[in-house]
Amino acid sequence: MRALIAAVLALAAASAFAHKPSDSYLAISVEGTDVSGQWDIALRDLDFAIGLDDNGDGDITWGEVKAHQADIAAYSLARLKLRSAGADCPVHATAFLADDHSDGAYSVMRFEGACAAEAPAIEISYSLFADIDPQHKGLLRLEHGGGTRTGIFSPERATQSFELEKISALTQFFDYAREGVWHIWVGFDHILFLLSLLLPAVLVRTGGRWQAVERFAPAFWDVFKIVTSFTVAHSITLSLAALGVISLPSRLVESAIAISVVLAALNNVFPLVHGRRWMVAFFFGLIHGFGFASVLRDLGLPQNALLIALVGFNLGVEGGQLAIVSTFLPVAFGLRATWLYRRLIFIGGSLAIVLVAGIWLVERAFNMKIITP
Amino acid sequence: MSTIRTYTIGTVTDCLRALVLASLAVTAHAAPYVPKDDSVVLEHLPVKPGDPIARELRQLRAELAANPRKRDTAIRLAERYFSLANSEGDPRYVGYAEAALKPWWDLAEPPLDALVMRAILKQYSHDFAGATQDLEAATREDPENARAWSWRAAIDMVQANYDGARKDCLALKKIESDLFAVGCIAYLDGTTGKAAAAYRELSEAYARSGDSSPEVKVWVLTRLAEMSLRMGNPKQAEEHFRAAYFEPINDQFLLGAYSDFLLDQGRPHEVIPLLVDWFRSDILLLRLAIAEKELKAPKAAEHIEALRSRFDAAALRGDKLHQQEEARFNLYLLGNKEKALALAQENWKLQREPRDARILLEAALAMKNPSAAKEVLDWLERSGHEDPGLRRTAQQLKALKP
Repeated sequence: MRALIAAVLALAAASAFAHKPSDSYLAISVEGTDVSGQWDIALRDLDFAIGLDDNGDGDITWGEVKAHQADIAAYSLARLKLRSAGADCPVHATAFLADDHSDGAYSVMRFEGACAAEAPAIEISYSLFADIDPQHKGLLRLEHGGGTRTGIFSPERATQSFELEKISALTQFFDYAREGVWHIWVGFDHILFLLSLLLPAVLVRTGGRWQAVERFAPAFWDVFKIVTSFTVAHSITLSLAALGVISLPSRLVESAIAISVVLAALNNVFPLVHGRRWMVAFFFGLIHGFGFASVLRDLGLPQNALLIALVGFNLGVEGGQLAIVSTFLPVAFGLRATWLYRRLIFIGGSLAIVLVAGIWLVERAFNMKIITP
Repeated sequence: MSTIRTYTIGTVTDCLRALVLASLAVTAHAAPYVPKDDSVVLEHLPVKPGDPIARELRQLRAELAANPRKRDTAIRLAERYFSLANSEGDPRYVGYAEAALKPWWDLAEPPLDALVMRAILKQYSHDFAGATQDLEAATREDPENARAWSWRAAIDMVQANYDGARKDCLALKKIESDLFAVGCIAYLDGTTGKAAAAYRELSEAYARSGDSSPEVKVWVLTRLAEMSLRMGNPKQAEEHFRAAYFEPINDQFLLGAYSDFLLDQGRPHEVIPLLVDWFRSDILLLRLAIAEKELKAPKAAEHIEALRSRFDAAALRGDKLHQQEEARFNLYLLGNKEKALALAQENWKLQREPRDARILLEAALAMKNPSAAKEVLDWLERSGHEDPGLRRTAQQLKALKP
């Protein structure tokens, strides 16, 4: 009778699927012969398989998980086989943590190991919970040489082989350098900041008035000092932020960048800081570095090639910057004595920059859109 | 120059937006951590080890472990897990049930009881073709197998195969008691344009049947509520919903239907107390988040983010079991009409119940694309389904036609 009730109740219930099913999240990174990874397994699944709730109160505490760490490692690692060039790559657990996924708490196990030899492919056999829950799936993220691949393991597809193509360090370097150039090119705020500081480089202030410089050399050295200090400053914060040493909220950084542009341009119209603009470039360069870092973070940093990516991106930024400066300087020097340059470009241009950057500032600080594309 | 500038500003704004979203996602998906101390509770188990049901499951599993081919034990265990899957809404239990049936899972002709159980588990994972094949074999072998006929009817209804469903219900009528046989036909008639007659038949059979179990009561009352809505009588529907709600069992389908009713009536504030403890259930969390968004409740953003990561996880897994809910999520919580329409269309290929029809009509209306919902408009014509809301949406959609 009970069964029959359930059957009739099935009408209207046949298409129900209320919860997320059981998955584990397996991240594996292969570099050379070294293998490392992280495996997130739902505590509910582990409890069903090996029993975690020792005191039987229906709650799984961190203490209970800790008491079973060896069991968890033995049980799960026995159901994960990595093979390279026909030989096993034995791995062992190195750390245990916890994490919350959208459907509950997970045990997080980090592991390490090594293969006997480097090979063009790695074979992964996954049979976690295959005997107790055939619906369970293992979601794999495999990282190698800066590239990421994904795979899904189920009892029907328990063993899969993944090619390990080599991405050369050089390719990676150029990829990031290109991103750096591109970012300076589309990063209008950085260009405007730099231009605001460079505009007065071909002029000199004497007796409260702007005069054209006489020779190219002083203008060149002025530009050189500004660009170098800007570069050094943003390289410092870019590196610190990309390496995760410092992190600032992006809204703050973006707003501060807008402020820096406003101030730098205002300084041309109402000069306050004069002669030591390289110090201004250094100070605000620190802030712009955080802006670059957020871009780099969005691109995704390959952990194995962090330095290559960082240096590549930074050099790309410098290259893009240099291209702008080397176009700007000869033109500005040529025009420096004209009314066009001194009134229209220098003063008018600076005011225009103040206006645009002011709008950015409002947009960014209050998270609103004034100039819509 | 100006094109570059607008482009750049757009990019910066987009970047900012992406960053803000990313930081939200990060808070929803915290990094692995070491809990403060050993007493931190990480997880609550839905069934305590000391519960009678847990004891029974343990005993059955021990019996089965000693002899994995002991069929009656295996099927009893699978039954228990399947009913847990229904009451808890957790598909894990279906996996456990499948594991119990392992010796018979891949056989071409398993014994009858294993065959029926296998079909029930297959339909849960939306393998309707596989399930139907098994059920046809089962009813051939035993034409009086009420359970197999019921499930055939259920699957035929999900797929809008009304002729097939009628046959199933008639077969059931010969072998089953009054309420169930009438319930089957009434469910069919109530969906296909005869709601008033179906309502009468079902309420009379319900009155005749005397004392039923809470499960049966909730089922009948929910159906009566649905039929009342189709008859254009929300007041009567609410009485049935409330009566079902006060039965002493949890039923996710009732809660889902009742919440939808309240949302349609413009009473989102009443949905929140109803669903506040159902965070784990995707289908109910969706309704909770819709209500919270309408009320601009602070929890809305968090719940939308949780749903998003669950749908992402399902996509990662390659599941297509949530498409109806995912379409609603995209249409009403993200405002992503295009994706909603694509999901609703994809869903309609597999599932064709009134609620599947509704989301496809609404998504097509949002996209002003009547031809995308042509199959549903045809279905509405053919089935004679009466729901006034559905009919209204269909009219609006047809009015868009040039």
